[in-house]
Amino acid sequence: MNRRHILAMVVGTALLVPACTGTGGSSKGADAEAPTDPSKVSGTIKVLTVRTDLIQDGTLKRYAAEFGKTYPKVKVEFEGLTDYEAEVKIRMNTKNYGDVLLIPAVIKKADYPRFFASLGTQEERGEKYRFTDYTTVDGKVYGQSPNGVSPGFIYNKRIWKEAGITEWPTTPAEFLAGLKAIKARTDAIPYYTNFAAGWTLSGWTSVNGSVHCDPKATDKLAEGDPWAKGADLRVGDTLLHDMVKADLIEKDPTTSNWEESKPRTAKGEIATQWLGTWAIVQFRDAAKKAGVNPDDIGFMPFPAQADGRFCSVIGPDYNQGINVHSPHKAAARAWIDWFTDKSTYAQDNLAISPLKSAPLPEVMKPYEEAGVKFIEVDDAKGAQVKNIDNQSEVGIYAPEYRQNLVDLARGARKGSLDSFFADLSKRWTEAQRTAGS
Amino acid sequence: MTDTTEKAAVKTAAGAASTAPSPAPAPRGTRVWRGVTPWLFLIAPLALLITFTYAPVANMLAYSLTDWDGVSPELRYIGAENYAEIFTREDLFRVFFVSGYYLAASAVQIVAALYFATILSFNVRFRNFFKGVLFFPYLINGVAIGFVFLYFFQDGGTLDSVLNLFGVETEHAWLGTPVSANTSLAGVSVWRYLGLNFVLFLGAIQSIPGELYEAAELDGANRWHQFRYIIAPGIKPVLTLTVILSISGSLSVFEVPYIMTGGATGTETFVIQTVNLAFRFGKTGLASAAAVVLLLIILLVTWIQRRLVPDDKVDLV
Repeated sequence: MNRRHILAMVVGTALLVPACTGTGGSSKGADAEAPTDPSKVSGTIKVLTVRTDLIQDGTLKRYAAEFGKTYPKVKVEFEGLTDYEAEVKIRMNTKNYGDVLLIPAVIKKADYPRFFASLGTQEERGEKYRFTDYTTVDGKVYGQSPNGVSPGFIYNKRIWKEAGITEWPTTPAEFLAGLKAIKARTDAIPYYTNFAAGWTLSGWTSVNGSVHCDPKATDKLAEGDPWAKGADLRVGDTLLHDMVKADLIEKDPTTSNWEESKPRTAKGEIATQWLGTWAIVQFRDAAKKAGVNPDDIGFMPFPAQADGRFCSVIGPDYNQGINVHSPHKAAARAWIDWFTDKSTYAQDNLAISPLKSAPLPEVMKPYEEAGVKFIEVDDAKGAQVKNIDNQSEVGIYAPEYRQNLVDLARGARKGSLDSFFADLSKRWTEAQRTAGS
Repeated sequence: MTDTTEKAAVKTAAGAASTAPSPAPAPRGTRVWRGVTPWLFLIAPLALLITFTYAPVANMLAYSLTDWDGVSPELRYIGAENYAEIFTREDLFRVFFVSGYYLAASAVQIVAALYFATILSFNVRFRNFFKGVLFFPYLINGVAIGFVFLYFFQDGGTLDSVLNLFGVETEHAWLGTPVSANTSLAGVSVWRYLGLNFVLFLGAIQSIPGELYEAAELDGANRWHQFRYIIAPGIKPVLTLTVILSISGSLSVFEVPYIMTGGATGTETFVIQTVNLAFRFGKTGLASAAAVVLLLIILLVTWIQRRLVPDDKVDLV
């Protein structure tokens, strides 16, 4: 009996020792220089991606073939991960997480140099590319998004016209009036929350910046109270709350269905959804499949104007980075540069190009005509915001707090809107004090 | 009862062995081999058990004493701070109210399983078919069940359609309010686990020797008497086990609510909360501590229950 106890203890301690050191030891800082001679770069690189759909239909293979024409000795392999964030996070505890990967949101910015090779200084890259500050640590850039996205409402033009609205609403009140007109004059669901999917609700955080057309909006999140009267998030959340309260949404949000919502919007059963430019191509495809006119899918900015102009925030999609442990950094760098500069990825997705010199995509024409002002929000304090967010457990990038907001608005949760915001403010500002730095 | 007969057999065998002339002691090498052989057989299961159960648990214990965020290569030892945080934040424990729904549901589930097991242990027409029907849901993977029931509870979904057939028009949003959502989810969990309880009960009931029923019938006992005085005491150990499993199961519900509602509308359970802490807010240390606390709570509940209902030997004969 005694011998067994001792054995168990020995095994136990033996297990504890490596457990404590399991994640230790990793090199810090490396550069992935852009190769000068394409014919000399060689190696097989593995690219991790979330776009499993593009792997299945062979689109990524075609990009790789095109890339091979310039870099004949580099072989590109793709690995699609459906639950990207969770899986990559675990793999990043090892050295084996592909050569090129999308920088996951959970990695703290300060840790970028431990995980990714630098692509160059911000000074130099910032001249040519958008979104460099999102991955800049100490003046060095660690990732590059191959396309830009802008949040906004996907809407069915036909339905909005049938309801008698032809101009984009300029205030949240006008927007609500528009939805009410849709409810009164058409059979469509004025606004679809996609409550069950969750991420569709967390997308409301991207109103940040559009409301006051403020490139310093993220600084305000880090230093101010996001739910103070008139603050961006409060304006967005209030609009969401009012829509739900006025019963302008789907009948049972808890069982809403994202995939179904695409053809339903195309067919005019749903009038509006808050998403982003990235969704336009998916909704148009859904329209084609459903046999209705893809041109009915429209896109409008958040109903707020500064100096008589709408404002659209352009932000990066996932940034591509290079594994700091990769033995083929030159090849990996060649792929990122080619994918960003030369590939047709952004055009194919009707997305905004990451190159500052490139023109806006065709789908943004109505924006140009309406004189919408495009801004990029400065992300220098992004890491701090993330830190406060984690510390406070509010989760502005997570669905829970807005699911609670929707529940509150439709009476499935007790309390008033003011006390709901007050609670968020309290938790946020408390975390600001402790998470500071 | 089978237990006692077996023991008797062993006893006689042992007795026989002791009276027989003992063989000469085996040579040293053979003796060593005899000592080692069982361990050789145990290597494979022990290696699996240690790698996949004890090592992760030890890791979790270690992480619960750090402020690790789940990815960063840096982690600091912070002692019992995580535990202090858990026990000083009552909002972390409020989610246990949700377990109440599942606890109530498992009471229903045990009664229903017992009922079906008793009925189907007698000679009923199509009994094998019904056994299959009842056990089938347990074989389906939990994620699939979640998705199936999302359609089931949808507005105009399966449940509404079926109710329509019976002339009940309902506008009820099944997952719409905390009470309704939790009840619906607990219902799904009953549907899923009923089969397992049922099979456990059925197995126990069928191990009761048939003569007992015959004797009881001769004495004029009806079905209820047979259940009350033969079946119920006969399956008591299995019943206790099931109750323990149900309680620990209710405290650690995860799959069904996580997939169907993601914890929205007041359906968040302790495990969902732990997962969110670890993977959404990067508080892996705190989440590990929460997991340890849950483990301790379950051990405590089990211990209390064993004290209240001691597991005494059953002897029907």
